[in-house]
Amino acid sequence: MAITLVFLGKLADLAGTPDLQVAAPLDWNGLLASLPESLTEMAQGERVKLALNGSILAEKTALSANDGDEIALLPPVSGG
Amino acid sequence: MARDVCLLESDGWTPAVALEAFAAAHPQAGGLASFIGKVRPDEGVEALELSHYAPLTLPGMEALAEQTLARWPLDGILIHHRTGIMRPGAPIVLVAAAARHRRDAFEAADFAMDHLKSDAWFWKREKRSDGWHWIEPRAQDHADLERWQRDSRRTA
Repeated sequence: MAITLVFLGKLADLAGTPDLQVAAPLDWNGLLASLPESLTEMAQGERVKLALNGSILAEKTALSANDGDEIALLPPVSGG
Repeated sequence: MARDVCLLESDGWTPAVALEAFAAAHPQAGGLASFIGKVRPDEGVEALELSHYAPLTLPGMEALAEQTLARWPLDGILIHHRTGIMRPGAPIVLVAAAARHRRDAFEAADFAMDHLKSDAWFWKREKRSDGWHWIEPRAQDHADLERWQRDSRRTA
């Protein structure tokens, strides 16, 4: 088991992949270290949100993910 | 059922058919307001792709339907949304509200549409002759949303 990172919208293009498996457990600094370099700066910006297992985190830096969890990186939506 | 919300992942969707079924499901309604959004046939755009994130997108649309039902006295609200690749002119979204009185139906459909455009978990990119381009959020969509926040402050 591991943690799945999911990249939405243009983040998938920047990452070069729609998802990535990383080792558990993972906190905010661990996430930044696991991201493709092309995403680290953007991920820290306030426009990119994080969801852990389908729930938006109010505070990204409070991330605490374990085996089997899914973390999604969400850029601003372009609307329906 | 008061709430009719779905995500459609394939072609062959006909909003008129969904609207007819919705009207039939609410025979007591005095009126029905609806909006159909289509892929705008802009010059040079060959296709539009809408991607979503399953754990958030449909639950978000369902929460929006609940919020709309809570704000206006409606018999029913419908929100149907396409995902995937669409051609110019193809329908993307259908919103409909059934109510006793027209003003509630018009406003509820308008409210739901404004929130879909600015809040819903969709990402869009369009294909032009030189490849795919991601579409950034529009300031106008956020201005449209603020309209409702202003209104709720006034009536609060």
